[in-house]
Amino acid sequence: MIQLEDLTKTFSTPNGPVVAADKVNMTVPTGEICVLLGPSGCGKTTALKMINRLIMPTSGRIYINGEDTTQLNKFELRRRIGYVIQQIGLFPNMTIEENICVVPKMLGWDAKKAKERAAELTDLVGLDPHQFLHRFPKELSGGQQQRIGVIRALAADPPVMLMDEPFGAIDPINREIIQNEFLKMQEVLKKTIIFVSHDIDEAVKMADKIAIFRGGKIEQYDSPSQVLAHPANPFVADFVGSDRTLKRLRLLTAVDVRDIDAPVASMQASVEEVLVSAKSHANRIVVLIDADRHPVAYVTADELSGATGVVSDFAHDLPTTVPVGADLRAVVSEMLSHDTMWITCVDERGHFAGVVTQPAVTAALGQKSSSVRDQATDARLANV
Amino acid sequence: MFSAKDFSRKLQLLAMLFIGFYISWSGLYDEIATYWEDIVYLTQQHIFLVATSGLAAILIGVPVGIWLSRPAMERSAEAIMQVFNIGTTIPTLAVIALSMTILGIGFAPAFFGLFVASLLPIVRNTFTGLLAVPDHLLEAATGMGMTPLQILIHVELPNALYVILSGIRTALAINVGTAPLAFLIGGGGLGELIFTGIDLMETGMLLAGAIPTAMLAVTVDFLTGQGQFYFVSRGVNPLR
Ligand SMILES: Nc1ncnc2c1ncn2[C@@H]1O[C@H](COP(=O)(O)OP(=O)(O)OP(=O)(O)O)[C@@H](O)[C@H]1O
Ligand SMILES: [Mg+2]
Repeated sequence: MIQLEDLTKTFSTPNGPVVAADKVNMTVPTGEICVLLGPSGCGKTTALKMINRLIMPTSGRIYINGEDTTQLNKFELRRRIGYVIQQIGLFPNMTIEENICVVPKMLGWDAKKAKERAAELTDLVGLDPHQFLHRFPKELSGGQQQRIGVIRALAADPPVMLMDEPFGAIDPINREIIQNEFLKMQEVLKKTIIFVSHDIDEAVKMADKIAIFRGGKIEQYDSPSQVLAHPANPFVADFVGSDRTLKRLRLLTAVDVRDIDAPVASMQASVEEVLVSAKSHANRIVVLIDADRHPVAYVTADELSGATGVVSDFAHDLPTTVPVGADLRAVVSEMLSHDTMWITCVDERGHFAGVVTQPAVTAALGQKSSSVRDQATDARLANV
Repeated sequence: MFSAKDFSRKLQLLAMLFIGFYISWSGLYDEIATYWEDIVYLTQQHIFLVATSGLAAILIGVPVGIWLSRPAMERSAEAIMQVFNIGTTIPTLAVIALSMTILGIGFAPAFFGLFVASLLPIVRNTFTGLLAVPDHLLEAATGMGMTPLQILIHVELPNALYVILSGIRTALAINVGTAPLAFLIGGGGLGELIFTGIDLMETGMLLAGAIPTAMLAVTVDFLTGQGQFYFVSRGVNPLR
């Protein structure tokens, strides 16, 4: 757990004092990711660097797991905190292995244990230890360097990580991949992380809590869905953007809004029988499935009414299907591109897994905070 | 870059080969051989002078460069470096002469003159090499909990080493090139054969001094070049 108490920093500059942090109060619970978000110059980096005392606070206190850090030796403090910066900062004169072993060595680990750790971590981020450990940073791509930057910070298994725009220097596609990898790692490692970003999308994706800064002050400190659904003031609303409702789509998945009880029938079912279940349902459609429960077609109540025979005569092809794990942004995008008000979900095996309708999506977005927040957490995990 | 250096080295070897042929063909070889005892003695004296003054310049120059590059020196360092830079523009012969006016004649002024002449490039390259280490490396190192001394040893010096060694290479080249002048202020060395040879118009004597001097210069340059190749980490070495 990290607690900041009335943390204040005033820089004296030739043009007079600059208040970069103004009585910042914040608690980051153990195992959570807190993203500091805000426009350039709002004091995110300053707040972060006060925690590992790269910047000395003017006043205020910082507690890590209840321990007042101002009492600790700053070198020992820093060795217990993982630190990742935007420029990555791998030491070009050292091999990847040497880079990873820097902190373990300072902590007095024996060389063999440190090397094993380096190999284990390299493997964890999908790089072959035999191939990469003895290379130099210049022999790695940007994305590979970034991964090494992260695992170097993890090398001595610090409980706390500070990350200053760690994925800021990578292209969008690779950033997305590395973010996902990182979230997957975090699920297991459960570090307490403070993460600086100026990208709202990244914040929404990574954060358990977002702290929005302006002029050294916290404007709002809340879960991503709360920040998006209920911005505390016009500044926050403006900062998260007028499309904030759409951004919330990424926090939910099809699982959260699908109707698992949507009616289904076999191709050979009789029209009368299917018509009853179609009418009983708000969506007024029935998905037709084969013997293996794969969705194959659909029929509408309107077309069936008054008819007789088997439903297969009235069947239409399904426009498309989505995996139940897909986030709602992808689901809605599919709906829009196929010009449909509803969409069929399938599980990993391709079996029917419910139906998502536009009214259900709208209802979920309009829902009040608490349940959305819980769903949001599930959604984020399911996303990974 | 590497191949260009390679080429110039081959050229040097070729030139030496031709000189060798010329010398043996013209019968100068026997003439030079008559000075053999002088050559051995003076070469030793010469190498001693170069080695001690060069080593002293490294031992003093590198720490001074490090000291100037420390953040505490940020304000005064530039001014001090300006003085050093002006020092570099003074011809080495003048440095030797000036050192004689202060220390008289003999080994001491020769040593001191060569020391001063080779100090400047070492200090300058150490200073600029260390300042050129990117800030974000220092930030990463500090944030990981390295002490300033650890940062200096494990991050700053290894990353600046190529530039520092270039400074040492330049310094030793200046030193070896200037060393024959030591004879003029009573410092001995191979300059004795060269200058006396010139005065007496004795080509053999002149060559007896000039050839070992040239060989020494090539050897020292070769050795420092090898040092640059092997001691600088492959991760930051432009030669490999
Ligand atoms: N060493 C310093 N001396 C004087 N002022 C500083 C110093 N460091 C930061 N500041 C000022 O403090 C304020 C906050 O800076 P900070 O680096 O924390 O911003 P930031 O939110 O990280 O911005 P960015 O998104 O651009 O990285 C800025 O106004 C900056 O000019
Ligand atoms: Mg910043």
